[in-house]
Amino acid sequence: MADVGVRYPYRGQGIRGFEAFARAHHPDMLRMLFRSMLRIRRIEEEIERRYREDEMKTPIHLVIGQEAAAVGCAAALRQDDLVYTSHRTHGAYLAKGGDLKAMLCEMHCRLNGCAGSRGGSMHLIDKRAGVAGTSAIVGGAVPIATGAALAAQMKGEDRVVVVFLGDATTEEGVTSESLNFAALKQVPIVFFCENNFYSVQSPLATRQPERDLCTWAAAHRIPATRVDGMNVLAVYQAATEAVAQARSGGGPTFIEAPVYRFRAHGGAGDDSATGYRAEGERQAWESVCPVAMFAEHLLRLRVLDNEAVSALERTIAAEIAEAFAFALASPLPSRDDLMRYVYAD
Amino acid sequence: MPWDEGLVNSLVYDRPDPSEGRVVGYGQAINEALALALHDDASVFVLGQGVDDPSAMFGTTRGLQERFGRHRVFDTPLSEESMMGVSCGAAMNGMRPVYMHNRPDFVLLAFNQLVTHAAKFHFMDNGQTSVPMVVWAAIGRGWGSGAQHSQAIQGLLLGVPGLKIVMPSTPYDAKGLLLSAILDNNPVCVFEHRWLMRKDGVVPEGFYRVPIGKAICRRPGRDVTLVGASHAIELALQAATRLAAEGIEAEIIDLRTIKPLDEETILESLRKTGRLVVVDTAWMKGGVCAEVGCLAAERGFAALRAPVARVGLPDIPTPAGHALEQFYYPDAALIASTAIDVVRHA
Repeated sequence: MADVGVRYPYRGQGIRGFEAFARAHHPDMLRMLFRSMLRIRRIEEEIERRYREDEMKTPIHLVIGQEAAAVGCAAALRQDDLVYTSHRTHGAYLAKGGDLKAMLCEMHCRLNGCAGSRGGSMHLIDKRAGVAGTSAIVGGAVPIATGAALAAQMKGEDRVVVVFLGDATTEEGVTSESLNFAALKQVPIVFFCENNFYSVQSPLATRQPERDLCTWAAAHRIPATRVDGMNVLAVYQAATEAVAQARSGGGPTFIEAPVYRFRAHGGAGDDSATGYRAEGERQAWESVCPVAMFAEHLLRLRVLDNEAVSALERTIAAEIAEAFAFALASPLPSRDDLMRYVYAD
Repeated sequence: MPWDEGLVNSLVYDRPDPSEGRVVGYGQAINEALALALHDDASVFVLGQGVDDPSAMFGTTRGLQERFGRHRVFDTPLSEESMMGVSCGAAMNGMRPVYMHNRPDFVLLAFNQLVTHAAKFHFMDNGQTSVPMVVWAAIGRGWGSGAQHSQAIQGLLLGVPGLKIVMPSTPYDAKGLLLSAILDNNPVCVFEHRWLMRKDGVVPEGFYRVPIGKAICRRPGRDVTLVGASHAIELALQAATRLAAEGIEAEIIDLRTIKPLDEETILESLRKTGRLVVVDTAWMKGGVCAEVGCLAAERGFAALRAPVARVGLPDIPTPAGHALEQFYYPDAALIASTAIDVVRHA
């Protein structure tokens, strides 16, 4: 098979330029960001490792490679702020504080899953943590999140809504409609676009003319900014500004974060070998792995040392092992459970 | 005379008896329901293309923006899918939107959000979220409305779990069902009929509800049951007068709600008359006619003394021209002749 070459190179600047930004933040805050990213990575790896055992009878869309986007953005939010996501739910759910056991129970089709086994991995929800809803239809969550922001505005609440979307979501008409409405009403929302350049196996170039997604968003009269999605500090900085603007009544922002999924669109493992993207392209992005890049940065700044990283790894591994054991020991739903919740009382 | 106003104004309805109570028009009854809901509950808001137009959506939204403000009664971009999603998202977060459309045809642009999102969230998230929203639309007919401005789409939505669908036939029901729909904690579609907008009726002042999911007998009769909703009930009542002249007493069941269907009231009437004619404003195939007919076959078979008959639209798009239209829409005469065939079935 002909090598398609590196279509979408990493164009970021790495994390070195963020030393001053990092030093301006409390080391605990930086460690929290790292812990969150590392935890998501390890959870995803364990899900992937166990997926072929078929105990998790649910589609999965791993976020390995995209952790900085979810974590950097969620860190800019309060607990009562809301996030809505697409089908690729795991990162935002965990970063926002979604319960791990409830997530794994959902993925194991258990009664005590976060959606009672009615949602599966594409519909993770944790209302206590502000993980308010998802859509498995590309673009589906965008107007719903906009409506949630409208509700906050109408009720005079100061909460902010973030909707995670992908590059392909910008091709759905409803996204453009929603940006228009959000700009019109100046609702408190952040459109956070994780541009990973591929929709399943279709590269961006076969779906859109060569253009700048921020220019597209700005055409709706929404401030738009591009930020290095592999750099958690850059994401955190941009998200913090956008959230502050939304919270103070300044209206919506569009953030484009170029990222790369190191795995296939769905399922376990990578599918670059099928030829739709170059192995070399993935490898180039893996060399700027967001978790490794941030770890090196914090080690360099002496916010972390190797011992602390090892301790963190052990804590996370224990938590994951316990959560999987809990899920596997949890009850399955019964026939009676099927009939519930068609209508609300 | 603008567009179809002349046609609708020319329709003749029986005048209600003022001694039975306050008489108001259909559009005003809806207007009163919206005003009461907006007044009583700060979470209610009304949106839709043209809700603040001078024509005020057949008069249903007249004066609401002046009274309740632009933030609670507002015009929308021509973005049906997004506005349906915005309504859904607002409803999931404590609001009660009433999203109004001039025609059901425009709701088709928003099926993704209505069918795949609003109707599903309560189930998908294990009952943690409810979606209390109303989608209102008035079916068009006549004056060149044609294939794209006259569709009665209720049949397309009958099979969607999680939705409720009401179709009022009187001003009293239009007000009481709309208030019930707004107070319901589920997505409720309210399909009105353009031709009922000039109908007057006795409508109480103030708040009352007509329950969702309950049919009502509009006319008792022993020989044949006519079942339908909305404007089809108007035609059925006219047909019943013709049938009475032939010595046939038709019982008329107004469904009021077509989803969930009040099966017991239909079956109770069928057991009495043994004969069933289903009438609807939409296509016969796959809609209310098909569903009620199937109910009779499944649960009322022993009571049937003749085959079930359907009176609805043929499997043809609506023609725009006046002459063709006359061959397209069923009328009271067709309902009457169909009922006679059923009653005289050997």
